[in-house]
Amino acid sequence: MSEIAELETEIRTQIDGASDEAALEAVRIASLGKKGSISTMMKTLGKMTPEERKVMGPALNGLKVSITDAIAARKQVLGKAAIEARLVNETLDVTLPLRPSPAQVGRIHPITQVTDEITAIFADMGFSIAEGPDIETDYYNFTALNFPEGHPAREMHDTFFFNEGEDGKRKVLRTHTSPVQIHTMESQEPPIRIVIPGKTYRCDSDATHSPMFHQLEGLVVDKKSNIGNLKWVLEEFTKAFFEVEQVGMRFRPSFFPFTEPSLELDIQCDRSGKEIKFGEGSDWMEVLGCGMVHPNVLRSGGLDPDVYQGFAWGIGIDRLAMLKYGMPDLREFFDADVRWMDHYGFRPLDMPTLFGGLST
Amino acid sequence: MKFTLSWLKDHLETEATLSEILDALNMIGLEVEAVDDRAAYAPFVIAKVLSAEQHPDADRLRVLSVDAGPNHNGGKPIQVVCGAPNAKEGLVGAFAGPGTYVPGIDITLSVGNIRGVESHGMMCSERELELSDEHDGIIDISGEGEFETGSSFAAYAGLDDPVIEIGITPNRPDALGIAGIARDLEAFGIGKVKKLNVAEPVAKFPCPLDVKLEFGDKDSLCPAFGLRYVRGVKNGQSPQWMQKRLKAIGLRPISALVDITNYVTFDLGRPLHVFDADKVKGDLIVRHAEDGEKFLGLDGKEYKLTANNCVIADDNGVESLAGVMGGEVSGCSEETVNVLIESALWEPMNIARTGRDQGIITDARYRNERGIDPSFMVPGLDHATNLVMELCGGEPSEAVISGEVPKPSLILDFPISEVERLTGLTVSTEEIISILQRLGFGVSGTGDILQVAVPSWRPDIFGKADLVEEVMRIHGINKIESRPLESLGVVNGKILTEGQIRTRAARRMLATRGMQEAITWSFISKTQAEAFGGGADVLALANPISVEMAHMRPSLLPSLILAAQANADRGYGDVALFEVSHIYRGDNPEEQLRVAGGIRRGTAGLIGSGRHWSGPTEAVGVYDAKADALAVLEACGMDTSKVQITATAPEWYHPGRSGTIQLGPKMILGHFGELHPFTLENLDVSGPLCGFEVWLDTIPTPRKKATKTKPPLSLDSLQPVKRDFAFVLDKSANAASLLRAASSADKKMISNVSVFDVFEGASLGEDKKSVAIEVTLQPTDKTFTDEEIDGISQKIIANVLKSTGGVLRG
Repeated sequence: MSEIAELETEIRTQIDGASDEAALEAVRIASLGKKGSISTMMKTLGKMTPEERKVMGPALNGLKVSITDAIAARKQVLGKAAIEARLVNETLDVTLPLRPSPAQVGRIHPITQVTDEITAIFADMGFSIAEGPDIETDYYNFTALNFPEGHPAREMHDTFFFNEGEDGKRKVLRTHTSPVQIHTMESQEPPIRIVIPGKTYRCDSDATHSPMFHQLEGLVVDKKSNIGNLKWVLEEFTKAFFEVEQVGMRFRPSFFPFTEPSLELDIQCDRSGKEIKFGEGSDWMEVLGCGMVHPNVLRSGGLDPDVYQGFAWGIGIDRLAMLKYGMPDLREFFDADVRWMDHYGFRPLDMPTLFGGLST
Repeated sequence: MKFTLSWLKDHLETEATLSEILDALNMIGLEVEAVDDRAAYAPFVIAKVLSAEQHPDADRLRVLSVDAGPNHNGGKPIQVVCGAPNAKEGLVGAFAGPGTYVPGIDITLSVGNIRGVESHGMMCSERELELSDEHDGIIDISGEGEFETGSSFAAYAGLDDPVIEIGITPNRPDALGIAGIARDLEAFGIGKVKKLNVAEPVAKFPCPLDVKLEFGDKDSLCPAFGLRYVRGVKNGQSPQWMQKRLKAIGLRPISALVDITNYVTFDLGRPLHVFDADKVKGDLIVRHAEDGEKFLGLDGKEYKLTANNCVIADDNGVESLAGVMGGEVSGCSEETVNVLIESALWEPMNIARTGRDQGIITDARYRNERGIDPSFMVPGLDHATNLVMELCGGEPSEAVISGEVPKPSLILDFPISEVERLTGLTVSTEEIISILQRLGFGVSGTGDILQVAVPSWRPDIFGKADLVEEVMRIHGINKIESRPLESLGVVNGKILTEGQIRTRAARRMLATRGMQEAITWSFISKTQAEAFGGGADVLALANPISVEMAHMRPSLLPSLILAAQANADRGYGDVALFEVSHIYRGDNPEEQLRVAGGIRRGTAGLIGSGRHWSGPTEAVGVYDAKADALAVLEACGMDTSKVQITATAPEWYHPGRSGTIQLGPKMILGHFGELHPFTLENLDVSGPLCGFEVWLDTIPTPRKKATKTKPPLSLDSLQPVKRDFAFVLDKSANAASLLRAASSADKKMISNVSVFDVFEGASLGEDKKSVAIEVTLQPTDKTFTDEEIDGISQKIIANVLKSTGGVLRG
């Protein structure tokens, strides 16, 4: 028995002394391998008497189990140490800056963003989004909208013309999105609730005028909508768009050939600071023109003005963007200056919704 | 339209404050654009010269001791150096202390030292206060009565009269006279109109000449013409009160006769013209101009007329461009002793056209093209005659009235329910009637439908909606209560069109790929348009703002490329820009196409631009553009494994590094590639540059499915097997045909083929390349045997050889 105890002590000393997995494996082979010391002793069991075997059998098996466990335990320790030693050499500088992801760099133009914001609001009020061509006939841009030939109101539009065609008529770049009112009435039965965002053009260029700009037209035609409803739509839109609880509004009578009565809308604001604030202050800012659709325009659209009625408005999308987000100069909208876009643009996944808020 | 408060009060008796009047003007649609309360004149006070001594060191200067009242220098005398010859003891004039801004010389005063003598202010001349051009001496009002020193000079001189500027919409010619504004204010409840009573001048003789309206068989451009001869006038300066008002609204006083016409134009909205009767030969003929006929306007310019213009002529030729501008030759001067006064009616559209064609903007044109009150033609002539006699003396002739003054005849049926129908306002019948009457409408009838006679001065009123506007603006526009739009009672469904959805998807997709969205002009230069397949005459603007913005663009690329260059010139050379907008192939709606386009410059690839520690950043190229283009198609719902890529593209792309994305031989979805060096040269830009355009309208709309359910997912339980092959092909062979050949070896078993290596090298031989592919085989019911795999491999090799000539690399 003392022989077994001695062997155990000896092997355990070797196990503890193994400095790496290879040395440990050598110990395993030397003890538990086919010709190992334990295996050799096990082979002697057959020559023993049953009594001797009864004692030595369990003792040797016990030794085998004990050494196997000790090797396994030592192996785990050595394995862990080996990994730890390797990891020390695998260290990387995690403070190295990475490239920004493409979605971090990309930008959506404020006009696109604001158009999406507007779309979200009007979708909630039951409106659809309509469109029309940039190059229009004189009829759709003017005549059908109750601008008589030669009327001074036509001149106020600073129209871009194309050269006369074979039919002697010259087309125009639409000066407003209002031609889409006629296209819509021609193709759709009331009730009509549409908003029309789009490019418009006027032959005019300075700090507040650009030869190309973006307008949002609204049109409601049914059998009972009146200025009270118009007021509600514009109030709700203004509050939702500027994301404020209340907006002071003031209507003034005005004139547009395609509406009667015609109105202009001022909203209350505070211009005392650097930024314009809405919903407070004592200044008024003109934001849009609107009115009841003129009977002649309803007729142009094939509708009887004694049966149908409705309202329309037009507002500058660029201007809305400037008022909400503070860009100082309209012309910079079209310069494609990456510094401007980086600053005023929106991240691609900032999608305006009513449920998540228009802006973040 | 400008006027002063006191001028308004000539026509309106009111206790209202300036701010109440301004609010009222806004509320009735006469938008206040600017108010000058004349506060700039407040610092000028009446002061008395106590003594005037010779300046010790300058012959022409005097040293004054001035009493400017208790608020200046504590009431003690002030020393002022003055060069005016009339500066003397006892003079009473206008004093400005240090710190005062003097408008006439555009200077803010400070304490000065003039040749060793301190000067603490200034005694002003008329020019310094912008009262006149008079500068020979300082103002002296000592002869005009007793004055308290220190009191406001502006109040004495009428300079404190606020000037109000309002915007008049084109439909309201009646508000282009101050009397008309007063009428609107009275209707709104601000004050009471002072009625103008015009006495008919007592004629002393018949008018020595006649007015003939000679339009022949053409349309008459002059419904009526009134003329009167006044003899023996003396045309000097108009009186101070008139000059002051004209100057306050920005007009230059000229002479009494001319000032009267300008004054009446603004006062009553009645443009007039005066001729020097002695310069007119024979009768006045009102007619169409002859083509090419010359006319010398009183602005000194010569105009070449056309038959579309209407003129007043005599035996000498054209004397006046009717309703737009008088002539130089027959104009009134200081020597005028006999004058002809014209008050006429013109065809508004013709006036507008003449003014536009000839490029003339005058106060007369402005009013005549908007419509003049016809009923006031004759009273206006009488009123002007009276003013001439009052200010210049003389004796009037009988009036000549040619043509016929139209009588107001429009009577509208007005269902009073219209007010509520259109505005939502509840206004009583009595109030509706009262408002209309206050505005000068004649109202008769009772019950639900009123008969409303439109006054002669309201050419803008055609129908009942116009009457609703009148009631609304006078009753009070802000009394309208807002009312929710009726709910549609359903959840609003998809409201965007397919095109709008694609536009949004393309934008967001490209932005997530690190590109920045630009919005550029729809018009570009002809050269740029031509470089990208455009430049057709039909898309040329007739009146462009500049040659750089003269043609509707045929492509989004030129503007984006130029924008990239502009950014590069500012030091930002690595940019990725995109735009989703329209291009134009013709002037018809269906020729306006929705396009997503983008460019990348420098190293602005998908992973980022510029140098980076993680590895080299390559210059952008055709594959960047291809990836962007395909990403757009995917975002728009297109399965890009279905498209074909061909190595052809429009001429503005690099011929060997560009491609076309198509579905079948005819349906072109887009192009991509690096730009042709000639294109870059044409635009004067530098690269590296690649770009793409995708035609969003061309992408086929997926067929609508009955349900949104996706097909069941079937997952293979057996592991796929992968095999690699490297083929040596001709350099001109393309990867697409290799992949097609390999996949078609066994469509059932081969689930994927991908290219994992492309190699060109001398070892392969001239004009050869090696393309290595990985083929994935997917067993379905049992694992493949080696024989089966070998069989497929042989078939792949045979297929590739057959369709591309490629052989397995040894």
